[in-house]
Amino acid sequence: MIEFENVGLRYGTGPEVLRDLTFAIEPRSFQFLTGPSGAGKTSLIRLLFMSLKPTRGLIRVFGRDTSQVGRADLPGLRRRIGVVFQDFRLLDHLTTYENVALPLRVSGRAEASYRADVVDLLEWVGLGERMHAMPPVLSGGEKQRAAIARALITRPEILLADEPTGNVDPPLARRLLRLFVELNRLGTSVLIATHDLALMDQFDARRIVLADGRIEIYE
Amino acid sequence: MDEAKTAEERQGPVRSDAAPRRPEGGRDGGRRRRASRRSDPGEGGGTIVPPQSVAGRALVSVVAIMCFLACLAVGALSVVRDAARDWQVDVSREATIQVKPIGGTGLEMRLARALALARDTAGVRSARLIDERESDALLEPWLGKGLDLGSLPVPRLVVLELEDPATADLGGLRSKLAQEVEGAALDDHAVWAARLRTMAGAAVLVGAVVVALMLAATALSVVFATRAAMAGNRDVIEVLHFVGAEDAFIAREFRRHFLALALGGGLIGGGAALALFVVADLWFSNGRGDPLADQARALFGGVSIGWGGFFGVIGVVAIVTALTGVTSRATVLGHLRRLE
Repeated sequence: MIEFENVGLRYGTGPEVLRDLTFAIEPRSFQFLTGPSGAGKTSLIRLLFMSLKPTRGLIRVFGRDTSQVGRADLPGLRRRIGVVFQDFRLLDHLTTYENVALPLRVSGRAEASYRADVVDLLEWVGLGERMHAMPPVLSGGEKQRAAIARALITRPEILLADEPTGNVDPPLARRLLRLFVELNRLGTSVLIATHDLALMDQFDARRIVLADGRIEIYE
Repeated sequence: MDEAKTAEERQGPVRSDAAPRRPEGGRDGGRRRRASRRSDPGEGGGTIVPPQSVAGRALVSVVAIMCFLACLAVGALSVVRDAARDWQVDVSREATIQVKPIGGTGLEMRLARALALARDTAGVRSARLIDERESDALLEPWLGKGLDLGSLPVPRLVVLELEDPATADLGGLRSKLAQEVEGAALDDHAVWAARLRTMAGAAVLVGAVVVALMLAATALSVVFATRAAMAGNRDVIEVLHFVGAEDAFIAREFRRHFLALALGGGLIGGGAALALFVVADLWFSNGRGDPLADQARALFGGVSIGWGGFFGVIGVVAIVTALTGVTSRATVLGHLRRLE
């Protein structure tokens, strides 16, 4: 699904922040990406999501070499990947409903064709009564769930979540983890970047540990 | 991936196990539909580009001012062009025969012959001799009162009113005058008409250049405002890219945003210009006795912009709006190409 071969990344002329990364995210797989703060988890997720280009090495996304992917093809590939950002990245001037519906709207679908799906998903994540609210008035947990709903609304083949439980209390973190696990059971590959050991201990999954720019994988 | 199947599969476990606050209704479709109706999201087409921004308000002001000035230029152009056309028609509809005194005698006889020839010419509606009193009155502003003009070799004039300057046989009249009336010369005002044409053409050219400069300044303002909006909405653009938006979609959203701003500014500027024209027209029409209004009326015959000017104002607003759309789209696409 996504393959890295000897991938390295540096910002500008600085040192390599990621070195010799070689791994793959298989279909229907579940993995945690962990490591200390500043280890490069977010940079790795941005590489996975093609918002950064590696300074060396090869990345294949859905079988395509990302260095050969043109601008016109990027949106199509990105629509197959759902991303939950650490800082949510909700648009403050849109309602919760509009934020969750955004991926469908940008794909050119008529609102009537997805309205029921969005409402259902908002109800599933417990935001049915908050769909008219604007993000600035949502709590951290509500924002997190809205961000997750936005990532799921297109039924992506792979879900990348950057610290998805970093802003919620432990009970809600457990419920969100169950959501990801169920999603994986239904066929979506899931990668969760977290440094929350307690969360990882709740579900036995592959762990990709990032330290000093290199990774170690514990199956 | 079988989307339909996946969706069906996902509904159950996610809703039953993982939803933090699962709404009542379970798997029952009817109850879920009722729940959906209860929480109708309304129209989900909120503008993707944030509607209010300092740059946006500044752009509305700039477009309104530019549109106002461009419309004033178009209106003024329309007034001057109409006035020049009227002057030209007036000048072209008249011709003058000048008869110089030669040797102090026979002037009246030659004038009578010139008058007769003029009246016999095809296309001449009327011919009238300017008598001595009128001639003196014409010279008085330059020579002053109390002079005995009889001692001066002052030419006398015959004024011709033409039915149609294009068909009047002025060439034939000129040759007959040359043959039969000594010291007579026909002035068909062609020099004046040519000067008026040149002046009207220059006025049109200057007006067109002014309007073009206004439109160019507006386009530049739009470029800067678009760049400012792109910089101010960097997060929005990034999110749009992350959720799979194509550049064309983002450009379309920004164009829609700026079209609305430009249309608002254009209507304000164009409306203000039209209002000014209406007020000025009323003032000139009702301001009899006011020296300024009288002078303007004598020069222009009024400041009504007419249908041509009215449609010109609408055209300026439409052009500014269209120009804004094209400029903002090109700017956004250029900016997006540089982003990655």
